[in-house]
Amino acid sequence: MNDVVISLSSISRSFGEFYANRDISLDIRSGSIHAIVGENGAGKSTLTKIIYGLLAPSSGSLSIKGNAVRFTSPRQAIEAGIGMVHQHFMLIENLTVTENIMLGDEGGSFFAPLKTKEAAGKIVSIAQAHGLQVDPDSLVSDLSVGEEQRVEILKLLYRDADILILDEPTAVLTPSETSQLFATLSSLRDEGKTVILITHKLGEVLDVSDMVSVMSKGTIVATKPTAAVTKPDLARLMVGRNVLLRVENPPDRPGEIIVKVSDLNFVDRKGRKRLTALSFEVRAGEIYGIAGVEGNGQSELLSILWGMTEPGSRIDGSITVNGLSLTKMNTKEIAAIGISHIPENRLRHAVIKEFSVSENILFGRHREHTFSRFAGFNTKSVHDYTKMIIDRYDIRYDMQSNPPLSALSGGNQQKIVLGREMERPGLKLLILAQPTRGVDIGAIEMIHKKIIQARDKNIAILLISSELDELISLSSRIGCIYKGSLRHEFSAAEILKGRSSEQDLEKEIGMFIT
Amino acid sequence: MRNTLLKLLTPLFAVASALIVSALFIMATGRHPLDIYLKMFSMTFGSDYGTGQIVFRTTSLILTGLAVAIPFKVKLFNIGGEGQVLAGAFAAATAGFLLPSQTPPLVAITICTLTAMMAGSAVALFAGWLKVRFSVNEVISTIMLNFIVQAFVGYMLTWHFAVPSTVHTPEIIQSAQLPMFDSVIGIWHKSPANFSTLFALASCLGVWLMMFKTTAGYEMRAVGLQPEAAEYGGINANRHILIAMATGGAMAGLASTNLVLGYKHFYEAGLTSGIGFTGIAVALLAFANPLWIIASALLFGFLDYGGLTVNAYIPKDIFMVVQAITILMVLILTKKSR
Repeated sequence: MNDVVISLSSISRSFGEFYANRDISLDIRSGSIHAIVGENGAGKSTLTKIIYGLLAPSSGSLSIKGNAVRFTSPRQAIEAGIGMVHQHFMLIENLTVTENIMLGDEGGSFFAPLKTKEAAGKIVSIAQAHGLQVDPDSLVSDLSVGEEQRVEILKLLYRDADILILDEPTAVLTPSETSQLFATLSSLRDEGKTVILITHKLGEVLDVSDMVSVMSKGTIVATKPTAAVTKPDLARLMVGRNVLLRVENPPDRPGEIIVKVSDLNFVDRKGRKRLTALSFEVRAGEIYGIAGVEGNGQSELLSILWGMTEPGSRIDGSITVNGLSLTKMNTKEIAAIGISHIPENRLRHAVIKEFSVSENILFGRHREHTFSRFAGFNTKSVHDYTKMIIDRYDIRYDMQSNPPLSALSGGNQQKIVLGREMERPGLKLLILAQPTRGVDIGAIEMIHKKIIQARDKNIAILLISSELDELISLSSRIGCIYKGSLRHEFSAAEILKGRSSEQDLEKEIGMFIT
Repeated sequence: MRNTLLKLLTPLFAVASALIVSALFIMATGRHPLDIYLKMFSMTFGSDYGTGQIVFRTTSLILTGLAVAIPFKVKLFNIGGEGQVLAGAFAAATAGFLLPSQTPPLVAITICTLTAMMAGSAVALFAGWLKVRFSVNEVISTIMLNFIVQAFVGYMLTWHFAVPSTVHTPEIIQSAQLPMFDSVIGIWHKSPANFSTLFALASCLGVWLMMFKTTAGYEMRAVGLQPEAAEYGGINANRHILIAMATGGAMAGLASTNLVLGYKHFYEAGLTSGIGFTGIAVALLAFANPLWIIASALLFGFLDYGGLTVNAYIPKDIFMVVQAITILMVLILTKKSR
């Protein structure tokens, strides 16, 4: 039962002079759930890619079930019984579940008829055995994200994989889907399969895994039985210092109403109703959180707030900030009345990665008079301002070489965006969408602190996040969005009380968003 | 640091490899490559007249290069330099002979130059408008506009403006003619090099300043690099698409002054053929950088005229092969260094 199924010895992988993995030795026991945690860039993905045959190690050796192997493609890894569920699913939308699962393993000769019926039967029996309910005949495009993930897992089981690698599987799931997934994983484990779980959520590691390995800067710093570690232990191992996992959140003093959304309806270009009778208010000096599974109208609300609705869409109802209606304003005008927006997709929307740090600090604020001189920029004031933001937000990079933004880590990039948006002159409303996505634990701590500080400067903050623990630790009140309207609003008193028993509050919120 | 070096070496390596390949072709014609290269060099940079010819050709190519490079900054590929320079040439020539002959030089040159720029600009702007309004791919629309402009100019020339039994327009008035370097400062004797070279150099500097030192250029680069982010930053991407196309077209229009106001003093059929297309190569070799375009245009100007000088020994087409191989090498090398 407990023999080693994957054994890595002294595996290293370098890209040029940079080592993504350095001297990694690790034994993974058969029939266990082995979690690998670490910050972004710690080398988790590289390690899984090596196991899955997508990357060859620069040195070191890998053995599977006691046989030394040297994979040159995933096909060989699959033949050795390894399967992987990628963070971004690899499914074809226009094919059915069965067709997707059979893809690449159709059997028979090239022109032989597809044995779909037979395959569907096999799929149903596997699905029932592991709580992976999904209709084999429905099109993938009709499935929810959770169901898509089940299809990915079924695909591996269909091929008799006995080693399953899951890369950040819960990033897109609701709390109830997450617990369902964990039940499935446990049942697979009990059947003798081995699960490798890549994640950065420490809570999940403790919930589901048997063993945990912590990665930092390309090496494995510790491998321990999960029962023997606590959350702060793991965080310390990952970051190399003590980390405050929960930001201190002193009582807030909400002031006058800044944002008033009333009876907001939104129909998109294709005529689909995206927001229905949405109403809420955000006061100065409070953080209003919006909880919800992605795709329930959050993006549409953000696009209205930021003046970016598509032509051909229709807005009814009103949305005002300080009494000014936003529905007829464009982005430039909205920013000019003291609103900042930190979009969810940083690389796509918030920064220009080829630009330098100071050019990015200017971005979206480049029209401000302080920075301009004739038709161009005032080099001195831009330079001084950049320095100020770098100091105040603790942004670390090699200043001498003036690198493009892409050379900075995700956390430092996000701090640049945060600094730029929080220091906007006359800021009244700060809109935050997934402010800590793809950001290291160390940087999360700092970003959370800055958010609380901004709140205490009497700025109204709208926080949209899919991380429930983030919402609970920061928000004064939380609205639960489901299918484009608020289904429930948790009052300040309820949140305050709920923080002491967070799991229960998370479950309660979870019920209103699914 | 390493990257800049690599970027600098790429064009040099590309040119070197192209010269080596063409040496093989020269040998195939039974000539010694080194002889040919030496002969070519002595008749180009080695002679006063040859240098003037190169300067003249470089001037046109700098401007048609800019016509491609500016829209390139907003990720648009302007293939229409050919039509834009043609529209400019015809407009400048027409304005030049319609003006009363006593117009003072400064006024006449300004009017003709602006007409040329506006004509080139209008053609490119139309493609930009199609892009913004109907999302028409600019590659297709600029190519189509090349045909339309060619047909229109051909018709106007043969049916309305040509001097009887010739294929050219009447000569422009004396005062609209740009002075030759030869007649003013006595260099590049008898060569067609004229003062429009100064327009070209000033344009490079101006475009560089606009791109890298102004708020407008900052916004424009942002639109080119990451259009969705630009929108989040409150930047009107469409406006920059229109500005970039209009400026690019104006540069192509300006290129025609070198030929019409500086050299021929009339428009004749085929006067501008090829320089719009070579401009694409010029811009690509210079990575669309407005200052590097000067060096890149100089190389193409040299190959262009150099081919002519040794045409008696080897077919000048070999140097077209050199140009093409250079571009292919640049594309291969930049892909690889990524």
